[in-house]
Amino acid sequence: MKAFDYVRATSVEEACAALAARPGARFLGGGTNLVDLMKLGVEQPVALVDVGRLPLDAVEELPDGSLRVGAMDRNSDLAAHPAVRDRYPALSQALLAGASGQLRNAATTGGNLLQRTRCPYFQDVSKPCNKRVPGSGCGARDGVHHDHAVLGTSDHCIATHPSDMAVALAALDAKVELYGPGGAREVAAAEFHRLPGDHPEQDTEIRPGELITGVVLPAATGGLPSLYRKARDRASYAFALASVAAMLQVTDGVVERAGIAFGALAHRPWRARVAEEALVGAAPTAAAFERAVDLELSAARPLRDNAYKVPLARSLALDVLTRLAEPART
Amino acid sequence: MGDSQHLQGERGGASASRHRTDTTLRVNGKPHQLTLDHRRTLLDVVREDLGLYGAKKGCDHGQCGACTVLVDGRRVNSCLLLAVTLDGSEVTTVEGLTGEGPTGDGEQPHPLQQAFLDRDAFQCGYCTPGQICSAIGALAEAAAGHPSRVTDPRAPSGRAVPLDRDEIRERLSGNLCRCGAYPRIVDAVEDVIA
Ligand SMILES: Cc1cc2nc3c(=O)[nH]c(=O)nc-3n(C[C@H](O)[C@H](O)[C@H](O)COP(=O)(O)OP(=O)(O)OC[C@H]3O[C@@H](n4cnc5c(N)ncnc54)[C@H](O)[C@@H]3O)c2cc1C
Ligand code: SF4
Ligand code: FES
Ligand code: FES
Repeated sequence: MKAFDYVRATSVEEACAALAARPGARFLGGGTNLVDLMKLGVEQPVALVDVGRLPLDAVEELPDGSLRVGAMDRNSDLAAHPAVRDRYPALSQALLAGASGQLRNAATTGGNLLQRTRCPYFQDVSKPCNKRVPGSGCGARDGVHHDHAVLGTSDHCIATHPSDMAVALAALDAKVELYGPGGAREVAAAEFHRLPGDHPEQDTEIRPGELITGVVLPAATGGLPSLYRKARDRASYAFALASVAAMLQVTDGVVERAGIAFGALAHRPWRARVAEEALVGAAPTAAAFERAVDLELSAARPLRDNAYKVPLARSLALDVLTRLAEPART
Repeated sequence: MGDSQHLQGERGGASASRHRTDTTLRVNGKPHQLTLDHRRTLLDVVREDLGLYGAKKGCDHGQCGACTVLVDGRRVNSCLLLAVTLDGSEVTTVEGLTGEGPTGDGEQPHPLQQAFLDRDAFQCGYCTPGQICSAIGALAEAAAGHPSRVTDPRAPSGRAVPLDRDEIRERLSGNLCRCGAYPRIVDAVEDVIA
């Protein structure tokens, strides 16, 4: 690991100024992804601006009924927060399905959103990878891609985004709050991560120098039934092979609102807008769920070794939607 | 951080002081003033600088839990924490869990350490310090009402979560045991709850 400068920021403005003053610097949250990548030589920052102690760890109810989560709130604390458990259960469940107790105690909301792909070629500096070194090629496309994307891939990259939390945030219509050289702004969580296209080196819509300051969960999805379900190679402490977060509002036997997002299928949490559109206005029946989910997943273009993800994601989504439609069973 | 061994030498040299920072850590109750190369992890500091060999380096990437220690009472993977970020923190390693015996002349094992002995909850013992620190953290989390993935979602928020075997297994899933002592580790944790 190369030697680097270290600054501990005490305010948002100071953090952004410290980063701007040091080209090649990175923000440090819990460090559970960045330090790992620095050991691997994938990240070589000249300086770390530690934002882990910024006073952004509160979860507050806003006057309009939304819930604002500070970017430095630790994943374990967010998952345990009564307002999150009661009003946005899929978010609590997604957090608890990720990583381990130790990692969740260190990982921050902001760092979780910005964690990098677990693609083995990305993590191995001796291998070609367009995300790590643009133009070097994609080792995974014809190599080991069992865990890779089936939706929204490009010729340049087939990586998935590994976060469980981000999938729930996308389904729940959350917003990501940013602060940077251009001031403060908000981006919908479902649009925060990008598809790889011609620029797989860009994971998200964040602009250079911007800091994630928080996440806002809207009042409109608070209290709606929601669930997260994840399939993986072992029962715990493993990344998803496929996952789904869903919320469903059924009024008088008709679906009034649906939010569905798939994890581990794409370069970003895959908000299933096609399925949602097919469901809204329909009766929440097994046939309607099947039709909606199949319509969404018909866009999948699996590779040699990851076609299993399509039926897996389908089963997860049908299970979750069925349980949401029958509140007594959830 | 395979290169951390060289850093000791580099410290005395002319390497820019902007790559090192004075840091205070309280480890097992004792304050330590250290001038730390920013690259050093908490795991390397407790083992190499402080001679506390309880926390183990299994994977060095957050994947095994052998390096688990408590920082301000919370369990963390010390291999992924840069020590410089912890200035002012209270660190507890497995060595800090023992207490004075009734006669004040020896070391009294922590009840969980005793339970691991009673239940023979290890074979090679490499994962054991991490398992014990992790279990202590997990018990505190459950007592504070933190749910796990297997906690009934209808369980009331903010109330202590009772731990059955499934809960213990899930909450300790961040600690791998290559000897496969898992059933006895769960037995030992159950003993201290009972
Ligand atoms: C063994 C292992 C298993 C895991 N399993 C899972 C899993 O199953 N599911 C899952 O979802 N995750 C999993 N993770 C990943 C884990 O959730 C992430 O490492 C963690 O959430 C990252 O948060 P952090 O605060 O530690 O980020 P850091 O490592 O501090 O930062 C990550 C990135 O975000 C940037 N950054 C951090 N905070 C901010 C901010 N506020 N604003 C702007 N930039 C910022 C950093 O510069 C860096 O580029 C696992 C990790 C490990 C090591
Ligand atoms: S899938 Fe993306 S991250 Fe993986 S090797 Fe290809 S370009 Fe790199
Ligand atoms: S050595 Fe830290 S988790 Fe394996
Ligand atoms: S006792 Fe050997 S690894 Fe657990």
